[in-house]
Amino acid sequence: MSKIKSLAELKKMKSELRNKVTLREKGDHPESLVQVRVGMATSGIASGAKEVYNYLADELEKRNIDAVVTQTGDMGYSYAEPTIEVTLPGKEPIVFGWVDTRKADEIIEKYIRNEELVDGIIPQNYETIDDRK
Amino acid sequence: MVCGGTGCRAAASDTIDENLKEELKSRNLENDVQVVTTGCFGFCEKGPIVKSLPDNTFYTEVKPGDASDIVKEHVIKGRKVERLLYKDPNKKTTVADSKDMGFYKKQLRIALRNCGFIDPENIEEYIARDGYEALGKALLEMTPADVIEQVKASKIRGRGGGGFPAGLKWQFAANNKADQKYVVCNADEGDPGAFMDRSILEGDPHSVLEAMTICGYSTGATKGLIYIRAEYPLAIKRLNIAIDQAREFGLLGEDILGSGFDFDVELRFGAGAFVCGEETALIHSMEGERGEPTIKPPFPAESGYLGKPTNVNNVETFANIPAILNQGAEWFAGIGNEKSTGTKVFALAGKINNVGLIEVPMGTTLREVIFEIGGGIKDGKKFKAVQTGGPSGGCLTEEHLDTPIDFDNLLAAGSMMGSGGMIVMDEDDCMVSVSKFYLDFTVEESCGKCAPCRIGNKRLHELLNKITEGKATRQDLEILRNQSEVIKDTALCGLGQTSPNPILSTMDNFWEEYVAHVDDQKCPAGQCKDLMNYIIDEENCVGCTACARVCPVGAITGERKQLHEIDTSLCIKCGACMEKCKFNAIFIK
Repeated sequence: MSKIKSLAELKKMKSELRNKVTLREKGDHPESLVQVRVGMATSGIASGAKEVYNYLADELEKRNIDAVVTQTGDMGYSYAEPTIEVTLPGKEPIVFGWVDTRKADEIIEKYIRNEELVDGIIPQNYETIDDRK
Repeated sequence: MVCGGTGCRAAASDTIDENLKEELKSRNLENDVQVVTTGCFGFCEKGPIVKSLPDNTFYTEVKPGDASDIVKEHVIKGRKVERLLYKDPNKKTTVADSKDMGFYKKQLRIALRNCGFIDPENIEEYIARDGYEALGKALLEMTPADVIEQVKASKIRGRGGGGFPAGLKWQFAANNKADQKYVVCNADEGDPGAFMDRSILEGDPHSVLEAMTICGYSTGATKGLIYIRAEYPLAIKRLNIAIDQAREFGLLGEDILGSGFDFDVELRFGAGAFVCGEETALIHSMEGERGEPTIKPPFPAESGYLGKPTNVNNVETFANIPAILNQGAEWFAGIGNEKSTGTKVFALAGKINNVGLIEVPMGTTLREVIFEIGGGIKDGKKFKAVQTGGPSGGCLTEEHLDTPIDFDNLLAAGSMMGSGGMIVMDEDDCMVSVSKFYLDFTVEESCGKCAPCRIGNKRLHELLNKITEGKATRQDLEILRNQSEVIKDTALCGLGQTSPNPILSTMDNFWEEYVAHVDDQKCPAGQCKDLMNYIIDEENCVGCTACARVCPVGAITGERKQLHEIDTSLCIKCGACMEKCKFNAIFIK
């Protein structure tokens, strides 16, 4: 990676990256990716988020589901760790709590494959900067 | 979606769930409409909650019998069940779409804007969410003085606990001329139960690096240091990755974004001493000296790290800075209230249903945080107190629940904002034991430099021990209060000056509990082992001998099928008998 040398370059990079993310998140083609984020701060990892992360990454590949699994920081729901957020193409992200490997399996089979909701959804209860703009 | 939170479940939300499923099945709709339970909506006051997708209809105070109406009206006919809709208490109108409910605007994430959204180990995700744009703006479109003006205009106050205006602090550091200046990030988070800073560093390390660089530019510093506890290995790992990536992208190092400004950041590890969160002690620790505070002035802005002007801010303060520059100081100053602007992150812990990390606008009340966001008290117990400000703070009671959370109101109520620990206590918590717990901590963490803190706190701790053992007199209570006041007035640094706060605030708010320990040798919460006796209830005891067999010291005697008795002089109060008894025949008095 070469260094970013000006604000204009930074902004250009941002919009390229954004487009990449938007394509990933809002693409309405069936072939576009499912995105899974696993909350992996200390509290998440202590509750087993690493196992869940590995399980999801392995299983989604094994089951031929076009998905990208990434780690992220603390989502804030310590009482329901490990927590994961699943974004199906063209859908609003949904956060699931209390996810162990069994729950992860259920999420893959029911929600990711068939858009069937499963128990353990964590309702979003906050606003972001963008909501307030 | 049926809420499966503790509060709603206690109000039969599981039966609602079953009834909905049955109702749907009886109409052969079970394959078209799904019923799932969710985590707590946090709106327990109006529970049980049922939410329907995709139209976001939000039903409150639903009873098991309402299931058929929801299915008949809402699902089949597509008409909302008017009587179950949430009524806006101010407008007296019903709100159907949960997105329009004021309740959902209780939390606002500024410092946590990226935490839980981006991959903290990937700088590209940060850049895609406006990352480093504030830095570019500052370096290329603003003068250092402009940046400081913006920070001042935002009226942001230090999030580490002191609440000093950050803009002023930056101004002081900028005013002092020197060949070398430093920016220090205080990541020595030490309050028991607090993990705000750790979460930010683990979830969004770049925001802190970006803000430190902005601070360096505006104060004239070219070196940044992050003082972080070695016991935060994951935060350290992610910071190191972030620093490497920022250097690779030219966002740290020489000639950042072609502006000619150089800045770099290094980490310094602390061994986990509470006093090192105090800025002078922190600086000494970084210099390799003992982590002991020194008297201010000189302030670090004049003579800090290695005797050079140094600006020290907390992690959360820094995390807010890029958002302030991106969205504008006025936007930030418009959130919260007049004297405390913006938001505050709290680590919500203790006897509360939704333990977690939250961020609320300043001015949100304790009641909103505990009962709406936090989902209320565990196991339906009664709220007793909430502790804010860690070992330096105090306990607030029911009558303070409507206090708006901000720097000045919490102080006026006898506690303080602190760095963001918030521990909720219920009726089973003994307030004398709670203050003893905090004194345990301060006695352990006192650096020993000044006598009031080193000796005084130890004495306070002994007095508290005496009280919990039922050996104290009224005079001891007086000494406890007087000595607390003296330590407050005479200790050298913030640690000592605030260490008696938990005692003073509990004495003010729970005086009768102290008196009960002293006058009646009773612990009203039933926590102090020395003050309780296990007694066998004559009516309920059937003489099964289970308790006598489990007692480790043979303090229980009695014949089979006869009333048993506990010899209180032998009893060690382990509670094993009470656990074993199937007839509720053993109680604490």
